Amino acid sequence: MEEVLFFGSAIGALGGAVGVVAMRNPFYSVLALIVHLFSLAALFLLLSSAFLAAAQVVVYAGAVMVLYVFVVAYVGGGEPAWEPIPGQRLLAPLLAIALFVELSVAVLASALLALGTEGPDVDPGFGNPEAVGTLLLEKFLLPFEAASIMLLLAAIGAVVLAGKRQEDTA
Amino acid sequence: MNIEWYIVLSSLLFATGAAGILLRRSPIVILLCLELMLNAGNLALIAFSRMVGNEEGQIFALVVMVVAACEVVVGLGLIVAIFRRKLPLNVDELRGLRG
Amino acid sequence: MSATAWAWLVLLFPLLGSLGIALGFRVLPARLCGAIGIAAVGLAFACGIGVLVTLLGEDAEARHHASSLWDYASVAGLDIKLGIYVDPLSTFMVLVVTGVSSMIHVYSFGYMKSDQGYRRFFSYLNFFVFSMLLLVLAGNFVLLIVGWAFVGFASYALVSFWYRRQTATAAGMKAFVINVVGDIGLVLAAFLIVREVGSLDYGTVFERAPETFAVGGGTITAICLLLLVGAFAKSAQIPFHTWLPDAMEGPTPVSSLIHAATMVTAGVYLIARTNVLFVLAPTAADIAAFVGLATLLIAGTIAIAQTDMKRVIAYSTMSQIGYMIMGVSIGAYSAGLFHLMTHAFFKALLFMAAGSIISAMANMQNIDRMSGFWKAMRFTSIMLLVGGLALAAFPGTSGFFSKDSILAFAEARGGMYFWMAIGGYVGAFLTALYTFRLIFRVLPGRPCTEAQELIETGHLYHGPAQNPHTLEPEDPDVGFPGSEHHIAEQSRSMAFAMAVLGFGALFAGLVQVPGVTDVLFSFLEPTFHDSPLASIHPSVGAEWRGLAIGGVIAVLGILVSWLLWVRQPELPALFRQRLRPVYLLCLNKWYFDEAIDLLVVRPVLAIGRFANRVFERYVVDGAVTGTEQTVRGAGGVVRAVQNGFVRSYALLLIAGFAGLALYFLLSSS
Repeated sequence: MEEVLFFGSAIGALGGAVGVVAMRNPFYSVLALIVHLFSLAALFLLLSSAFLAAAQVVVYAGAVMVLYVFVVAYVGGGEPAWEPIPGQRLLAPLLAIALFVELSVAVLASALLALGTEGPDVDPGFGNPEAVGTLLLEKFLLPFEAASIMLLLAAIGAVVLAGKRQEDTA
Repeated sequence: MNIEWYIVLSSLLFATGAAGILLRRSPIVILLCLELMLNAGNLALIAFSRMVGNEEGQIFALVVMVVAACEVVVGLGLIVAIFRRKLPLNVDELRGLRG
Repeated sequence: MSATAWAWLVLLFPLLGSLGIALGFRVLPARLCGAIGIAAVGLAFACGIGVLVTLLGEDAEARHHASSLWDYASVAGLDIKLGIYVDPLSTFMVLVVTGVSSMIHVYSFGYMKSDQGYRRFFSYLNFFVFSMLLLVLAGNFVLLIVGWAFVGFASYALVSFWYRRQTATAAGMKAFVINVVGDIGLVLAAFLIVREVGSLDYGTVFERAPETFAVGGGTITAICLLLLVGAFAKSAQIPFHTWLPDAMEGPTPVSSLIHAATMVTAGVYLIARTNVLFVLAPTAADIAAFVGLATLLIAGTIAIAQTDMKRVIAYSTMSQIGYMIMGVSIGAYSAGLFHLMTHAFFKALLFMAAGSIISAMANMQNIDRMSGFWKAMRFTSIMLLVGGLALAAFPGTSGFFSKDSILAFAEARGGMYFWMAIGGYVGAFLTALYTFRLIFRVLPGRPCTEAQELIETGHLYHGPAQNPHTLEPEDPDVGFPGSEHHIAEQSRSMAFAMAVLGFGALFAGLVQVPGVTDVLFSFLEPTFHDSPLASIHPSVGAEWRGLAIGGVIAVLGILVSWLLWVRQPELPALFRQRLRPVYLLCLNKWYFDEAIDLLVVRPVLAIGRFANRVFERYVVDGAVTGTEQTVRGAGGVVRAVQNGFVRSYALLLIAGFAGLALYFLLSSS
């Protein structure tokens, strides 16, 4: 059962990824990414991270993607022309493949024995909000606060970037 | 499933995102590919968290998600600003950093 | 107060005077600067008397002291101190220099009165006196070279005093360059000395020299020859003499101070001071004596043909210094220095009188146009006559006693030096001849226009302001001579100075009448008594015989010149025609200037041109430009990476990452 779910989600994730890269219309890319994100959420569930899966769907697929949809709607799309960098088209897939191979080799050839397992037995409360919340507020309080400051900064930045300037008459 | 499957999937997704950044010219799509890479990293983190047996990896992945969200906000704000100034939304034509 | 303390004061006053005038020249009035200058040198003279008195109060053998203020350079085994050496020789030189300089300062007070550069003149004069005193008081070779170089600079500054005059600046540069050649000789000699002896201090060097060097050895001869290069350049001996006649471009007080009484005698002082070294190198001493003799004779022949008044006197200076050089080289140290002193008096006097006459001639210096000044300027004429008589060694004058004491010594030493004495007597005849040629041209006869104006109106003739040789027009602003000219009859300071020097020119010889007085030689004796040559004393009879011969020759010279230039003035023209090649040789100064131009100046200029056209352009410039272009090229290559395409940056990023990962994978497997 687990394998089926895994392969299904993996195919969904990969398909979404390839879709993002390959599609001409940026709106279709956004939609492909949403599919990808949902598949990833499923994978997270398979890894006993319930909270993260939910967060992925709500934050990522929900808020962030909606933002993308709005911007694509405002800006419009279509892949612009002009390819001045020689060799880029050829080198890019090559490098990507090289990267993939190296990463895989690096991980798999490492002497991590635990990789070959499914991981230790965890109690059912693993990955649930209570566990994550406890960690957040006890051990990782500082990163938590820092992250919230960063969100604030991003919000301010967005306001500044999008705000009207004197010379804009729109 | 053994953890190594997830790791291999994660590196595959990462490579795909990298290829996308190198191949596409629209800044929006490049940002989307960036999201791909970040999510691939998240997947790896959570897989390792499961492998080790504690939730610290998940906290890390949560923070990564926060970072990604902020970065998307700023990036899209930039794209909107560029669009507003009637500049071409083409990464190749925005060459101000040329030295 | 000790002798050395007085000596430090001697150095201090002219330095303070020079600096004071230099720093305050914008606020101090001109006459005050002149007074400061005179006071500075006057005080130095007074302190010189102090040194003398202190020395005389000591035992004759103990009359040498060294004193140093602080370490100048203590490095690598050399210990050079800022030190002076006080002994009879340096005291004598200090007194001569300060005495004659003070009179010249007094003379300048009146002579330079209307010159716009009056203050600068006195500052330079004081600086010169300080440098000369430093030279003679120096206690080690380093300080000697410092004083030597300063004197050279002061000479340059004063010769090109009227700096807007093209001829003056060219002359100043010529003097300086030839002096520098001499400096090089001196410095190389110092190098050799320090390498062989290990010290540059006079006391140490002169003590160790007889043990370190074998008599007649190669090194000591080289050292002495290099010292001679320095001495000849400074004292205008052949072949380094070409700067002296040109240096007459400077104002007359400069000529009388530097080029008669003091700077040109520095070479004589050097040889006298280093007599220990010259005794060890007889070849070098003989070469010096020959050069002195040659200069003596050649300069005499040139002087007969010159028509510029100051140049005649300049060549006579060269000739008389030839006597002094010859004297100190053959061992007649005290005699040579005696002649130095008397020459300082009468030569400075001659220049002063010449300055007065030239002023009356509105700065024209050609004796062909001068005549009849006996009637127009009686006092100046008398002074000119006094100086001329002393120069010609007329019996009874100071020059009579001093010149013949050198020749008597040469006779007494015998051998080839006897023939040098004969040469010296020939030179004495020439001296009397050209001196009185000058006097008989200028003084008697019908007054020329300028003299006539003076007689009739009592005012000086005013000609247009122009360069006396090239006749280019000038103006009386700073950098050119002033608008007013001053003669001794109208300027009290000039007259006073000339009177004092006239007295010295007449009576200074009485300090050393053979068999009667022995003031000077006995005073100087302790400095030289270690020399083997000091034991040669001509007998009193031989001295008087020499004096008699000298007196006869002098009178004979005066008579012949009276004959040629007063009695039968058509004779010189006849001689010029008949002996035209000889006349031309003398008129053109034996073509030394042309020879040096051909042998030295042109090759050097050619080397310079080559260096500029080839070396500079291709090698140096090429290296610099080549480096620049390489760097620029490299920069261009690096710049190409920053092409502005974000995607290419990303490509580099990912490629780099992939490469690194590959490297780590491979290295860890």
